[in-house]
Amino acid sequence: MSLLSIETLGLSIGGTGILRDVSLTVAPGEIVAITGESGSGKSMTALATMGLAPDRAATTGRILLDGTDILATPEAQLCAMRGREMGMVFQEPMTALNPVQTIGAQVAETIRIHENIPKAQARDRARAMLTRVGLPEDRFPLSRYPHELSGGQRQRVVIAMAIALRPKLLIADEPTTALDVTTQARILDLLRGLTEEFGMGLLMITHDLAVVADMADRIVVMQNGAVVETGATPDLLREMRHPYTRALFAASAHAVDLPPAPAPAPLLEVRGVHRSYRRPRRSLFGPRPEIQAVRDVSFTLNRGERLGLVGESGCGKSTLTRALLGLEPVQSGSITLGGAPVWTDRHPNLAVRRQMQVVFQDPYGSFNPRHRVSRLITEPFHLLPDPPQGAARDRKVAEALTAVGLAPKDARKYIHEFSGGQRQRIAIARALINDPALIVFDEAVSALDVSVRAQVLDLLADLCRQRPLSYLFISHDLSVVRTITDKVMVMQAGEIVEQGPTEQVFSAPRHPYTKALLAAAPQLPDLRTTAHAP
Amino acid sequence: MRWPRSLVVGAILSLVFLGGAALSFVWTPYDIELLDIPAKLQSPSLAHPLGTDQLGRDILSMIMMGARTSIAVALLAVGIGMGLGVPLGLLAAARRGSLLDEAIMRGNDLIFAFPSLVIAILITAVFGAGAMNAIIAIGIFNIPVFARLTRGGALSFWSREFILAARVSGKSPARISVEHILPNIANLMIVQGTIQFSLGILAEAALSYIGLGAQPPTASWGRMLADAQTLASIAPHVALVPGLAIVFMVLGLNLMGDGLRDLLDPRIRVTRT
Amino acid sequence: MIRYTLGRLVSLGLSLVVASLVIFAVVEVVPGDPAAYMLGVNARPDTVAALRAELGLDGTVQERYLGWVTGMLQGDFGVSYTYRTPVSEMIGDRIWVSLPLALYALSLSVLIAFPAGIYAASRRGRPGDIGVMGATQLGVAIPNFWFAMILVLIFAIKLRWFSAGGFSGWDAGVWSGLKSLTLPAIALALPQAAILARVMRSSLLDMLGEDFIRTARAKGLSRRQALWRHAVRNALIPVLTIIGLQFSFLLAGGIVIEQVFFLPGLGRLIFQAISARDLIVVESVVMLLVFLVIVVNFAVDLAYAAVDPRLRTRA
Repeated sequence: MSLLSIETLGLSIGGTGILRDVSLTVAPGEIVAITGESGSGKSMTALATMGLAPDRAATTGRILLDGTDILATPEAQLCAMRGREMGMVFQEPMTALNPVQTIGAQVAETIRIHENIPKAQARDRARAMLTRVGLPEDRFPLSRYPHELSGGQRQRVVIAMAIALRPKLLIADEPTTALDVTTQARILDLLRGLTEEFGMGLLMITHDLAVVADMADRIVVMQNGAVVETGATPDLLREMRHPYTRALFAASAHAVDLPPAPAPAPLLEVRGVHRSYRRPRRSLFGPRPEIQAVRDVSFTLNRGERLGLVGESGCGKSTLTRALLGLEPVQSGSITLGGAPVWTDRHPNLAVRRQMQVVFQDPYGSFNPRHRVSRLITEPFHLLPDPPQGAARDRKVAEALTAVGLAPKDARKYIHEFSGGQRQRIAIARALINDPALIVFDEAVSALDVSVRAQVLDLLADLCRQRPLSYLFISHDLSVVRTITDKVMVMQAGEIVEQGPTEQVFSAPRHPYTKALLAAAPQLPDLRTTAHAP
Repeated sequence: MRWPRSLVVGAILSLVFLGGAALSFVWTPYDIELLDIPAKLQSPSLAHPLGTDQLGRDILSMIMMGARTSIAVALLAVGIGMGLGVPLGLLAAARRGSLLDEAIMRGNDLIFAFPSLVIAILITAVFGAGAMNAIIAIGIFNIPVFARLTRGGALSFWSREFILAARVSGKSPARISVEHILPNIANLMIVQGTIQFSLGILAEAALSYIGLGAQPPTASWGRMLADAQTLASIAPHVALVPGLAIVFMVLGLNLMGDGLRDLLDPRIRVTRT
Repeated sequence: MIRYTLGRLVSLGLSLVVASLVIFAVVEVVPGDPAAYMLGVNARPDTVAALRAELGLDGTVQERYLGWVTGMLQGDFGVSYTYRTPVSEMIGDRIWVSLPLALYALSLSVLIAFPAGIYAASRRGRPGDIGVMGATQLGVAIPNFWFAMILVLIFAIKLRWFSAGGFSGWDAGVWSGLKSLTLPAIALALPQAAILARVMRSSLLDMLGEDFIRTARAKGLSRRQALWRHAVRNALIPVLTIIGLQFSFLLAGGIVIEQVFFLPGLGRLIFQAISARDLIVVESVVMLLVFLVIVVNFAVDLAYAAVDPRLRTRA
């Protein structure tokens, strides 16, 4: 007898189909993972299960939780079930908690809303639950506010709220996507332990196949609002009957064919760079404390080399990136490109800037929505003393667009006419237009779905085969860095703790932090031996 | 594209008054400087569609002339506010965190600490009453409104990646402000400008009601109401008509502002005080 | 929390200093000599000089500014040029009309706006919401002094429920004082309530779209519970800003409304002073109004910290 049984669920909003014929089951104590790319309908399935689908949604089929059909249950009764029978954990821990209420009150609220017990008793149970999720009272009193906790700690509070009444079913929608890899590992451990201890069913939604393979007892693969394949994890990984499942796993494990790096000749040289910020005063007249965002960083990026920079949020990689790009000065140390300093006389050096470009993470925020593609990608011409005009300009635009796999006629379009992957190609075209020596990729593929990501990574490999390009590849995603770089640096608390050839660092890490990072990263199972060739 | 209904209704109402004001330059039903005491306080009739006042002047003609004053004062005050506030806001955002930014924002707070009417009173106390001083008084209060709005809007863009990309392309903060930020906050300015315009109409009416706005013989709605105050019980239309003119003009502009917001960008948040 | 309060206090003091400098400077540039103005064109120069000395118009700019400020700190606002009575006495009588009027109107505005805004937000898009929003759209467009005239016409002249104007004073009892301020307060409050209700509604709707409301719903709270327990307090943060600005507006708006109702408040005083070119009174009343506004904004800043714990621990 399964705990949750979704039977031929269909859902549409305003006549647009979102889900069709979705069926899956979750048994008590079982971890079921729904995976798929954006737009596959996995989050909507989770919301519908909680009875929290948008008001305008029209549904068909049944969602049976312990025999009760959620879709046929009136709202008042659903309120009584949510939190008691089923709990939910969301993706973004930074915004999932009420900023003006203490964590104790928020956890106790789950109990008090369902059980008529004295406040003190609810607080005691909230305290016990917070301790269970790893927030013991001596270090995390109930009177803490969400803004006093880190992202991982907040996610623990959200989990405590969801399981306070020991629901039979816990739904977790991308619970670790917003977290760093070491934090992710701890949260996943916690969820796994709770599932076992409470005997509840866990329905987990995630796009990360490594997490899926690591966690789930059974896997449900969704595409375009429908389930394409479902099965017990080992069977599904072995068989992969549906081509989409195979494509998805292949893209996740995608290894690019990187041309060999040429003989070492220094391009970007960073020597003893420091950057600190002043924080507001702690007392009215006290000194303003400094935080060292970047401490004594030195490295060399050779011509034609692909260098990776990995580290968790707050490690200083964004600060370092801004300094390299000449967007902010550094307090001490030198940054030179081809022997010339990035900053001279308190001004960025334009001759050097011309030699480097950047591609950012967010394919939606990287472009001024009011300009056409031709104007967007020629913006770096501003750095040239004599920018090409007329036909020469059009030729450069066409060349750059062709190089990234788009058509010259796309130059006349606006950015909203392109998909996320195409936008990232346009960002690369903008980076290429001045024929730079160095391109900095700042989490450039992190926002992309795995299949699109694989294509963009292939494009990057092609480009550096055809052109004399060097890459600095900044990412929190270790598997991407492993495939696209020759050398890698690991950054922690403003310092580079380890650097060396990528394969060497990944297979034989020396620094304890690198070891911890690699151990925490969930691994895709080695599919080359188990999967059928497509 | 469907036009928001509030935009259509608001634009029609506003156009009626704008048209009336424009028409008054070439024609009004009667000359408002012509007194006709025997015909005083007449109720609306065919000859005088909105009646006459205590001096026998045609109220419709006075409303048309008054619209001219109201619109001119409010429009120029918005001009002052935008003309100074927007550049200040862009500057503060471009130099965010600097002493200059701090100085601009503290200056804004200071103007907000003076109730707008008190600024007007201070100015008229020193320089004398008149339409010009009313414009300056209302305009000064518009500066911090636009400066704050511009700074807030601009700051949300300064952290966006396309602005970082422009900086990597070596563009100066001034150029980025004009080329990238200004066009992106234009909608915000248009919507808030409409709201400030309507607030300007209300402020002008209040100033001329207490005798600190346009001086005779310039017609103004606020002074018509001041003159009508003691007559309201015997000839209600003298007090009702100018008041309704203000209400409809302001309502029209507000509806237009809301409609423009829905049309241009529903996420825009306007401030009204 | 102490740090935050101290920081706000420093900023309050700075604002007051700068405001006093600005007011003093504006009044300084006024052409003409008040002493000569008061005595008329035929006055003898030595009489004018004597009066100048008596009014404290001698001395350098710095001396006069310091004299004015230190006087105010001790409750001495100088002597009126025209009435020859201490300004503090003149203000003392009238502030007990203007300040209660502004507070009365502010309370009415909040009492009307909060329920209206919350009601509209909870029935977003439904007839109740559309009705409230239509009414506020009209309320925002009505000039308060005209609304006051209409109120007088209906409730004082036609229905005779209230007197058409004047102030009975507080000596005759709190209720009779409040009664004579009721129509003026309603006239002031309704347009402001319309604005506040709109802000309350849109702020609430913003909050209802936040992630933590979804979390609350997942805990089992109904829509109504999520609104009251989680959205309202968060929505108060922008609403407080508007309340602070409204107090400033109500205090100034009172000047106009006092004209309609013939109330002996600061507004009447300032008008008499302007027409008599009694600049020391103008200067002092304006400074007093600005002082009140700055103090209320300080209170609003403290209220922020009470609502939002993030302000208490940060700088």
